[in-house]
Amino acid sequence: MSHEEIGLFGILFAVLGGAIRVGTPFLFVSLGECLTERSGRINLGLEGNLVMGAMLAYGISYLSGSPWLGVAAAAGAGAMLGLLHALLCQQPRVNDIAVGIALMLFGTGLAFFWGKPFIQPSAPHLPSLSLGAWSDSPALRSALEINVLFIAGIVLAPLLAWFFRNARWGLNVRCAGESTEAALAMGLNVNMIRLLATMAGGALAGVGGSFLSLYYPGSWNEGLSSGQGLMAVALVIFARWDPVKCVYASLLFGGAAALGPALQSAGITWGYYLFNAAPYVLTLAIMIATSSAKRRLPGLPGVFSNLK
Amino acid sequence: MKAHFESIAIPSGALLVSLLLFGVFIGIAGANPFEVFASIYRGAFGSWFAWQDTLVRAAPLMLTALCTALPARAGLIVIGGEGAMVAGGFSAALTGIALNGTFPPFIVITCMMFVAMLTGSLWIGAVGALRHYRGVNETISSLLLNYIAIALLNFFVVGMLKDPETLNKPSTYPIGDANMLGAMGSSSIHWGLGIGIIICIALWFLMRRTTFGFGMDVAGGNVRAAQLTGLPVGRLIVMACALGGAAAGLAGMIEVAAVHGRANTSLNAGYGYAGILVAFLARHNPLAIIPVAILLGGIRASGGLLQRAHDLPDATTLVMQGIIFVVILASEALYGRLPWLQPKAQPA
Repeated sequence: MSHEEIGLFGILFAVLGGAIRVGTPFLFVSLGECLTERSGRINLGLEGNLVMGAMLAYGISYLSGSPWLGVAAAAGAGAMLGLLHALLCQQPRVNDIAVGIALMLFGTGLAFFWGKPFIQPSAPHLPSLSLGAWSDSPALRSALEINVLFIAGIVLAPLLAWFFRNARWGLNVRCAGESTEAALAMGLNVNMIRLLATMAGGALAGVGGSFLSLYYPGSWNEGLSSGQGLMAVALVIFARWDPVKCVYASLLFGGAAALGPALQSAGITWGYYLFNAAPYVLTLAIMIATSSAKRRLPGLPGVFSNLK
Repeated sequence: MKAHFESIAIPSGALLVSLLLFGVFIGIAGANPFEVFASIYRGAFGSWFAWQDTLVRAAPLMLTALCTALPARAGLIVIGGEGAMVAGGFSAALTGIALNGTFPPFIVITCMMFVAMLTGSLWIGAVGALRHYRGVNETISSLLLNYIAIALLNFFVVGMLKDPETLNKPSTYPIGDANMLGAMGSSSIHWGLGIGIIICIALWFLMRRTTFGFGMDVAGGNVRAAQLTGLPVGRLIVMACALGGAAAGLAGMIEVAAVHGRANTSLNAGYGYAGILVAFLARHNPLAIIPVAILLGGIRASGGLLQRAHDLPDATTLVMQGIIFVVILASEALYGRLPWLQPKAQPA
């Protein structure tokens, strides 16, 4: 087999593997944001949860020797930041988008502050499953080295969709997201629903962060996140507030983000930084193409209809 | 008069509360809060040297804050100051490189300013236009544009426009020493501060003393009402965004022409994001942005001293900014609720 042929398949497999590896944190933050937005609140601060989760997961995993304890701690920290967001946002005249930006600053600040001692040591990583063991192509094998958190994420997505469609609590969440007045008339505690949804969403974003530090790239440093948490809101718009579509969106984003490194590994270095912009250009193009000044986006929770 | 008092008393109170919380945080982290506060003061405002550092950092903050504050008056939350600053700084550097040596410095500097403001205004103006005419959420689109601007900058700075002499930090070719913005008087403070203050005052006048600014406030308060009174809402929104973008673009030009002399990744050092905080702290009032930017610039300037004197991580100032931001936003809930701050009812 000539070198060029391997190169082409190599790129394909590298993009596939990258889509899964890079896409997993996107998957968790987008599922979390989806849950929060369905309850009628936007949390723009998931970047803070993500970075905080990454730092804490790495630190706890290093100190305790158990990466799963790290994931749990990340989820807990994410839930706490979500709680803070929810408590601030239920005050009158407090803008949820601005609170998100503030908590992003606060969360990353705390993570950098406490994370200093964990930059050097190496912590135990999360395990992965070798689904590509049947193949003798090393490129395909490394692409199908799938982390358990990714599997947890793709199981969670249809569960969340079922929750929104069939479970009583899920219907309550959607009701709060469609119309505050209707939910109040039904006797629902809207603030409590949004608080729990924001906490759960924040916890998911924390788990997404733990994937960053405990699997891929697999260490803790201050440049670990490249804005995956910030992208959550855009991803959810892209996925039309549908958890299952969040999976596709995350994979697409992961693939777009993996394109530059994959081409680079195949020897094409031109435009590496330009390909870094691919996911953002893609999102912007899709938002411009699908938005409209007149009608509401399909799937948009009703309470956001005034803000489009 | 008392309404003014409320809008000063509540942010000041919130600032005090956040300093208290920060002190508790520092205490838990194992440092003496009083000594840390003393160090912050010394590092920010303690000497003429510290003042100069603070003011140099405040200049770009004033301009990037305007990029959030002006659209906010028209009802939009724009967080694209970082991208507009990068785009403005990069285009200014290109202009400077192209014109270097062929024209006198005065003309080169003027052209750089003009190009940076034009780029910035197109950058954020597009956000406003997409919002009004296409319904694209302005917060998300401006955020995406930040990443796009940074990727474009990296692409050109590492690629075709790289000066081979800059190994550690890839940069463009220099704009030429003659075309640099000089210092004001005998200080080390460059003219960027003067430009920032002048623009803040000019935009305050525009927002508070002209029908254009009043129309923008109406559009921001209630779009339906603005449309019913026949205001050109779309044009007002795009103009607010374009003006804000022009300010942030100018911030990029100042960083290039007064600090680095070339475009490199120092352009996305976080001034754009810190500007969002400044805008919210100043409650989107261009005049209030000036002192708030100086305060924030001081906090950022003191980071190095905190590291040296107390062995605290450089992220300490980030935590402080985060706490201030959260408490200030929470304090929004207090407006109109504290009886002793309300203006007395006017006798009919």
